[in-house]
Parts: sequence; C-alpha cells; structure tokens
Amino acid sequence: MSKNVIVIGGGIAGMESSAYLAAMGYNVTILEKEGKLGGHLLKWERLFPTKRHGKEVLEFLSQGISEHVSIIYHADIENIERKDQVFNVHLSKGTSLKADAVLIATGYETFDARKKEEYGYGIYDNVITSPDLEEIFLSGKGIRTASGKVPQRIGLVHCVGSRDEKAGNIYCSKVCCVTGVKQAIEIKEKLSQTEVYCFYMDMRMYGFHFEELYKEAQEKWGVYFIRGRLSESCENADGTIVVKVEDTLAGKPLKMTVDLLVLLVGFVPSEGTRKIGELLGLSFNSNRFIKSADEHTMSNVSSEPGIFMAGTCTSPRTIANTIMDARSAAATVASYLEGYNIEKRTIHRNLK
Amino acid sequence: MKDFGYTINKDRQINFDRTDKWIYEYLKKHEPSFKLCIGCGTCTATCSSGNFTDFNLRRLFTLIHRGYKLDMKDEITKCMLCGKCIMVCPRGVNTRNIILKINEVIENRKRKK
Repeated sequence: MSKNVIVIGGGIAGMESSAYLAAMGYNVTILEKEGKLGGHLLKWERLFPTKRHGKEVLEFLSQGISEHVSIIYHADIENIERKDQVFNVHLSKGTSLKADAVLIATGYETFDARKKEEYGYGIYDNVITSPDLEEIFLSGKGIRTASGKVPQRIGLVHCVGSRDEKAGNIYCSKVCCVTGVKQAIEIKEKLSQTEVYCFYMDMRMYGFHFEELYKEAQEKWGVYFIRGRLSESCENADGTIVVKVEDTLAGKPLKMTVDLLVLLVGFVPSEGTRKIGELLGLSFNSNRFIKSADEHTMSNVSSEPGIFMAGTCTSPRTIANTIMDARSAAATVASYLEGYNIEKRTIHRNLK
Repeated sequence: MKDFGYTINKDRQINFDRTDKWIYEYLKKHEPSFKLCIGCGTCTATCSSGNFTDFNLRRLFTLIHRGYKLDMKDEITKCMLCGKCIMVCPRGVNTRNIILKINEVIENRKRKK
C-alpha cells in the first residue's frame, strides 16, 4: 500500500511538491484553507523579471495536480496527533486523516503597512501598497488617485517592513526591490506621462535578469531612482503626499510631492505558518519563520521527524525559488518515507 | 538697532517640486546614457582631477538630476577630460561627453540671454 502525505497549504509550494510526490506514487492530500488553489499567485497579475502573467505559472502548477492528489478546501486544522510513525490530522469539521509524513507549505503574508504609521497607509487616501497596485492591475481599472485623477507623479517606497528592526523585521524580503522595478515599468506602460520615482536603500537585483530589468526601467521607461529611505510622508490639503528622504547620493535632505505613494511591503510568516508550527511543536528561527534543521544542508527538514517544510514558511522566496524548494521538499519527504535516515548525515562543527 | 549676530541658515533641503531641471532635460535628450547612472562612484574614484580638487562627478550627476543650483561652469572646468571615468563606468555612461554637453547647454543659454 502506498504511503500518505498531507500537504498543508495549496499555494505554489504546496501545489508543486504535491505534484512531485504524486508522481512518485504517494497518496497526497492538500489541506487548503481557501476555496481555491494558488495562494498568493492568484493576486499577482504579472511576474518579474519576465513580466509573464501569473496565470500561466498557475496553469502549469495546476497540471501537476493529478487524480492522485486529493484536495480538501476550507480546511481548518484543529489538532495533529502523532502515534509512533503515523500522524492523525483532525479538522474542525470532524474529519480525521492519517499520514506518514506532513509537509508544511503555509507560506507568508505581506507586512501590514499600517504598522509604519509615519508612512500614512490607512490614514492618507493616496498611500497604497504593492499588493493594492497589483489588485488595480488585475481589475483592469486605470491607476487613479483617490479623487479619480490621473497621477502625474508616483513614488515607490522600498523596504517597507523589511530591514527595519523598529518594525520587528531585520531581514530583507528579497522580492520587493525587483517588484518595485516591475511595477514602476508597468505604471510607465500604462501612464507614459507620469513620473515614477523609487526610493531605495540598496537595489538588491540579485536574481538572474533582475539587473537588466532595472536598466530597462532607467533606459527605456525613464524611471528615476533616489537613494534614501523614506522617513515620513504627510498629506497636503489637496490630498497629494509629501515625502521626505535624505538623498544620500547628493548628501542633502530632499522633499517631493507625489500624487500617489506605493509602499513595497515585505514578507512576514503567515498566520497559518505560526499556527501549524506551534501545533506541531516546531522550532522557529529568529525571524519567526519555521526553523530548518540546517540552513545550508537541511532546508526542508524541521525539528521534528516526519515533518517537513516547503516554500516561504521558512524564509522569503521568489516564485522560481519556491518552485525549486517545493521539488526539493518532495525529494526529502520521499527519502524519509523510503527509510533513508536524513538525520544521520550531520555536519561536524568546527572542523579544523 | 542692536545686532545680536543671529542669522537664519540657508535651507539645505532640496525641494524637488521647485528646482529647475533644465540641464538634466538637455542631457537626457542629447546624451541618453546619463539616465543609466547607478551612483556607484567608480568614476569619482578614478578621477585624476578628483584626487586634487573637490570635483565629484557622481555627486555632480546626482545634483543635476535634482536640479540643485551650482556654479556649473566652475564645476566642469575642474574636469581635465582625460576620459578615465568612461573606461571604468560599469553602465557605459559616456561621462566625458556629459561634461561637454553641460558646457554646450550653458553656452547655449548664455547666448540666448
């Protein structure tokens, strides 16, 4: 009889790891809290650095969900018990499922920009976030100010809720810089007469082709980049927003009025990641994501046997990296189920 | 009236909404590689003139974009047009031509006045 794997979360990581586990002959059940698979991918219209549609990637992931994968939608996990090698997952509807391994793919949430009160999200009408802008792109509506005007100048603020100990997040969220460049280009595609300014500390264009996208933004689209972190924004009587930064390359404080301000929000572990991690008694890392047994060599292995992780529940990741991590997680789960002693391979610290 | 010696400092802040970006607009059109600067400072590090004067090409480019008022003629005369900055620029900005174009746009404006 083939073994059962429960995958918690039906986003990118959950879908792709399920596809590979099913291909290897395991019975896979995805527990998804929403009524649809796809997670955050449903909310992004186009993806960096290629500007291809998110839908295309979702379609690819969906093709992997064969008849060997069953899905329980609106799943609410109440408890997970373990007896010897077998897990018993109890759902709030009264159903219980048995599993030989559990794969957590509960992902991230975007940072709640209201916590950076000085930036004015939720206070000023013309301050929005990067997911809000994606929603506008997806809806097909034009980019307008709160009063319905075409914005003449738009500012994009990097590192909102990232690299910020005051916000409780010391880490870099990895995707916001390039998301900012992508969205700046998309704004220029739609509103060629609108000036677009990015306020950044560093342009972290680490991915393949990211730097080219950055150059395209400057060369082809005339997007401006000002090095300096936003200190505060305030609202004029007409609803426009004044931003204050230090222009660190000019060595002077700078203020500028924009019609619309977009906050590029970072990653925080999702509520589901916290809940499932606690339910299973897993260790968390210093950034509150689920802790890997080893950062270099056991990224998919948790602190408990039989429980594994895939995707952004362990750290911020791009979609490409999430897909790779999901396949890596599938291989790790399969090795465990075939009796391979994962824990046996250890690192001898302080080798001289 | 008694002079207590108090003065008001000049505002150091760049008020981006008010500055005049005429040099930048000219450069954007006549030497488009100007847009590609990423502010890395390689040009300034290699600058022969910058080793002996306060000439700072990276900062000059930034201030031009912001429309900050400078004695531009005085600034660019510090450049010896050696072209080492072009050789080291990672983004292929034609730095020397920018200096020549700044001179051109200043001369043009003078003539018009």
